[in-house]
Amino acid sequence: MEVGGIIAYLVSLVIMASIYGVFCLGLNIQWGYTGLFNIGIAGFFCIGAYTSAMITTSMPTGVLAQYVHQLFGLNMPFIFGLIGAAISCGLVAFLIGVPTLRLSEDYLAIATLGIAETFRLIFNNERWLANGPQGLMGLPQPLHSLVSGQKYDYIYLVIVLVVMVIIYFLIEKGIRSPWGRVLRAIREDELAASASGKDVFRFKMQSLIFGSMVMGVGGALYAHYTKAISPDVFTPLYGTFIIWVMLMAGGSGNNKGALLGAYVIWFIWIGSDFLMDMLPAAIQDKGPYLRFLIVGILLEIILIYRPQGILGEEKKVSKLYK
Amino acid sequence: MAELIVYGIVLGSVISLGAIGITLVYGIVRMANFAHGEFMTAGAYIALLVVGVILPWLGVPDTTFGPLSFGWRMLIAFPVSMAAVAFMGIFFDRLLYKKLRLKNSNAVILAMSSLGVSFIIRMIILIITGPDYRFYRPGVMRPAIMLPLDIKIRPDQIFIVALVVVLVVLLHLFLQRTKMGKAMRATADNTELALVSGIDTEAIVMWTWGIGGGLAAAAGMLYGIDVQLHPGMGWNFLIPLFAAAILGGIGNMYGALVGGLVIGIAEQLSTAVLLPTYKLAVAFIIMILILFIKPEGIFGGSEK
Amino acid sequence: MTILKADGISAGYTELDILQKVSIQVKSNQIVSIIGPNGAGKSTLLKTIFGILKPREGHITLKDEDITGLKPNKIARKGISYVPQVSNVFPSLTIQENLEMGAFIRTDDFRGRMKEMYDLFPTLREKRNQKAGQLSGGQRQMVAMGRALMLDPMLLLLDEPSAGLAPLLVSTIFEKIADINKTGVSIAIVEQNAKEALKMADHGYVLAMGRNVLDDDGKSLLDNEDVAKLYLGG
Repeated sequence: MEVGGIIAYLVSLVIMASIYGVFCLGLNIQWGYTGLFNIGIAGFFCIGAYTSAMITTSMPTGVLAQYVHQLFGLNMPFIFGLIGAAISCGLVAFLIGVPTLRLSEDYLAIATLGIAETFRLIFNNERWLANGPQGLMGLPQPLHSLVSGQKYDYIYLVIVLVVMVIIYFLIEKGIRSPWGRVLRAIREDELAASASGKDVFRFKMQSLIFGSMVMGVGGALYAHYTKAISPDVFTPLYGTFIIWVMLMAGGSGNNKGALLGAYVIWFIWIGSDFLMDMLPAAIQDKGPYLRFLIVGILLEIILIYRPQGILGEEKKVSKLYK
Repeated sequence: MAELIVYGIVLGSVISLGAIGITLVYGIVRMANFAHGEFMTAGAYIALLVVGVILPWLGVPDTTFGPLSFGWRMLIAFPVSMAAVAFMGIFFDRLLYKKLRLKNSNAVILAMSSLGVSFIIRMIILIITGPDYRFYRPGVMRPAIMLPLDIKIRPDQIFIVALVVVLVVLLHLFLQRTKMGKAMRATADNTELALVSGIDTEAIVMWTWGIGGGLAAAAGMLYGIDVQLHPGMGWNFLIPLFAAAILGGIGNMYGALVGGLVIGIAEQLSTAVLLPTYKLAVAFIIMILILFIKPEGIFGGSEK
Repeated sequence: MTILKADGISAGYTELDILQKVSIQVKSNQIVSIIGPNGAGKSTLLKTIFGILKPREGHITLKDEDITGLKPNKIARKGISYVPQVSNVFPSLTIQENLEMGAFIRTDDFRGRMKEMYDLFPTLREKRNQKAGQLSGGQRQMVAMGRALMLDPMLLLLDEPSAGLAPLLVSTIFEKIADINKTGVSIAIVEQNAKEALKMADHGYVLAMGRNVLDDDGKSLLDNEDVAKLYLGG
């Protein structure tokens, strides 16, 4: 493979890792800073992706309408896709939050899991919504007209990195504000935080919503990168579990850790693909399962031996409040 | 519609077995076990191994008991698989959860660990058997019996309900009449006082995993007998299991029993208007409704 | 003969020690009362003796055996029983089952002992199949003590047994405690109700801010003006 090909491949890796980085940032708001256990990330991934897809495409017409069904198509620019994705995810987060946030963390976990599975079922079975199992294709890519097809990835890389960095700084600012300090206090000791007069429920809800909005943006970024989405993309493994491993590996409670974890685990993931090529042909088809088995074992090792991840929680933030 | 209710009872009894395990673990070990569905899958597949590979190799004949779809092989596989998954539950507890408990890890970390375990179990099963659907007895004709009210029911399904009743009665007697059973209830009530009374709470934890795992395995096998086996079968049960446990009052075994039946019947009734694949979503909606209306469940349960 | 000796105990729940070099003694058949203001560390002392907390320094001796740092289930086997202040019964278990759990580590036939418990607390006998969580405060306290006594301990640790009880029940409970003591059980009792606790005490300890302040026999402490001023108001 010549250099150009290698670079192109690396660019695609960094794009995917950065998209997962956005997800990790969102999860970090919920788990790292507030202690919320969201195992339905795949659901927000799915909703964000589909919302953006339908906002940015137009309703199929003519012959195509017989084969492709979608609920709406607004044909608006990319940026509105991102915004729409964020809003729809925020809304869903609010709806789950109402019954579950006052109860123990496990209930939120089960509820988020249920949302993810339910939405996947709905998108898979209701053709009128978003074309069912075949999904939506031909999703537009922003600024596509600027360069020829092969070089487009460079533009998208810049777009993804810009979005990621903007989100990073927004979160960093939020965490260092009084709002962020209350979140940390809730994670440390909820009873004490509520005893000091803070409306714990409101803060948790805000954290849930903002984190989910970020995840929605991640879903949108993904959709416009791959240009085609279908329900089987948003599985518990690729859409939820791997993001948890990334955040735990990098360091929860630390935005740099969230991003680091995304890159490290994604590169390990891709690397394991090459490792699997070395397996004897007879068990080659077990490759994907072996890779996920390794990821699962990796998570357990992290939880027992280094739950704070590579970077650990940010020291700076904890110094901000006595 | 009466038929749907009957099928609902069949499905519901399977859900109950799993939900009882979830609720026991939650009440005594104080964690949400997200690997419980995979315990069911493992139970079903271990039985498949026994019935399809080990017993034929040992020369055990492949008979069937009357109108049932299975015979000696499955009968032997039952306790074997239940014991195996019981040990599997204890194994993961010793290997992982106990270490996390000793570090005073909070409930979320424990639950996260169980999520990891669920993927580990599922991947191992996928590596060994691959993703295809399987049956204990492929291609068999399963003749139905006619009951009053035009209800068709298969003999297998009557066996399923009967076995669940037997297992639940046995569990009830164990919890109410034996020293260890009472100690389990005491530990669920008040772990600190159990320690103060000299009860070996770690042994109680082992028993809990053993019973929970064994019941899950039974549920998996029964489902496999009734419908089919596939590596994702347990994961699809996870929401209904938790919904049933929460509906009945988390920590309350009898609540889980009732909750399971309610969820099962609701799921089957829903197939009159929805695609069967949505059963999981029906369980989920019920769970959300209960959390809105009466979060401690029908029977209150042992909320911490 | 000294049954229990706690010597120079420093202990706490976090890095901050609540107890600072506290010492008490319980002799055979004695009732020892430990009084003092809230936060003095009285409950912490009992928990440390019973092994729920590990002392940072100091020794605890039972008869002649060093039991410092042993876990509760070992200490229970050595002849000490502990009744916590709150959450001291198994609510969904019946009275009978609560007593059975009290006898969990016994390997012999404890039915005789259970009969003695019902003789000591007759009200419980008729309600024996009722769930402990449905009982009144006073009855629950009796179940809690009965559970602890099933082990035939030589020393009983009671943490604020009269807490939250109506005045009539308070005297009943203290009567029962005296009865228990008459059967040969030594008792160490932590109490907010200093007056009642000192009335029945053979010896009393006053703790404040995690330290020993005063100790004397029960009657002298009752008559002591400072003690009366500071602690016997309520």
